[in-house]
Amino acid sequence: MSVLRKPGFWLAAAVLAALAFNFFHPFDIQAPHITLAAEEVLRIGGLRVTNTLLASWLAMAVLIVVALLSTRNMQAVPHGLQNLVEAVLEALAKICEPTLGSRTPLVFPTIATLFLFIVVCNWMEILPGFASIVVTKAAEHGQALERVPLLRSAATDLNTTVALALSAVLMSQVYGTLVAGFPRYLTRFVNIRRFVAFFDGLRGRGPKESVSTLALGLLDLFVGLMELFDEFTKILSFSFRLFGNVFAGEVLLSVMVFLFPFVASLPFLGLELFVGAVQAFVFAVLATAFIAQATTTHHHAPAQVRQPVCPTPATPLTERS
Amino acid sequence: MNPDTIKNIVAGLTIAIGGIAPALAISRFATEAMRSLGRNPEAAGSIATNLILALAFAEAIAIYALVIALAIKFV
Repeated sequence: MSVLRKPGFWLAAAVLAALAFNFFHPFDIQAPHITLAAEEVLRIGGLRVTNTLLASWLAMAVLIVVALLSTRNMQAVPHGLQNLVEAVLEALAKICEPTLGSRTPLVFPTIATLFLFIVVCNWMEILPGFASIVVTKAAEHGQALERVPLLRSAATDLNTTVALALSAVLMSQVYGTLVAGFPRYLTRFVNIRRFVAFFDGLRGRGPKESVSTLALGLLDLFVGLMELFDEFTKILSFSFRLFGNVFAGEVLLSVMVFLFPFVASLPFLGLELFVGAVQAFVFAVLATAFIAQATTTHHHAPAQVRQPVCPTPATPLTERS
Repeated sequence: MNPDTIKNIVAGLTIAIGGIAPALAISRFATEAMRSLGRNPEAAGSIATNLILALAFAEAIAIYALVIALAIKFV
């Protein structure tokens, strides 16, 4: 009889009953409707407004409102919303600082914008109303009536993530040009200094260079080509990583809600919150690394020369697996 | 087999095979990160940042496979 008095027993029983209800409920739950492409919900003039575009506008509105509210009455000793926003931005700046060094004030706005936009987009995904509010589209060409979700997480559309990736990579070029200057930044992709030195030597305008300089010049050209190719790979991997993670999360959520409509699908919402934050963080950290790479030219030492945290031991550590 | 069955099988195989190499890579990264953390606990911050960066690169391969699998399944 004593076990019936314990609240833990009743809690466990309630959870088990809720879990069991998943298998014996009387409701008819429809299979999830999963599409890869975003769907058009309304048309403004010639602009097709898709559900993901609407969600990204909503994310922008949230960010703008929070920014306006938190900066409306700024104080030296912040409290309330200003305090929260400052804490988030300071934590982010602390992550960027070791990689970017003295360039942090220049670059940080871009990084913070990317991070905040992606994290708000990803976290809005689990709000009630996303995918559950449905608009009915008028039938065209004798097709059946189509039911389209009004809102859908912005990063589940490859168009959004490609746009974000393009802006991150373009901004890294812009910052590289700003820091190094245009001609010197160009030598990252087209490096003909050794070529020029070699042919100047041949024509007697400079010191004679050996043939190895010519070989190294060719290697420089190849390296520049690889760097250029790398920029396009970055766009691809940036956009596919974010899109793949968020879309897979959305599919996971809708399948789980279909299989276990009650209680049992709740932990996956927490998982999605975690994945959304990690993906935004990864995007921001990668953008930081790429911008740091673009703003560090080969001719001067990188800014992140730091003291080693622990002095290296005199005897080398030999144990290795 | 009808085309839909083949589609499903291929989509499953794509992500199953495509996940092997990233899983191995991630396990190696994590092992090395833990080892270096044991040697030098004060460097926890920079190890964590670099680990996440490296994991993101390894995970990208799995994500490519995932995107291809989703494209096979849903397009």
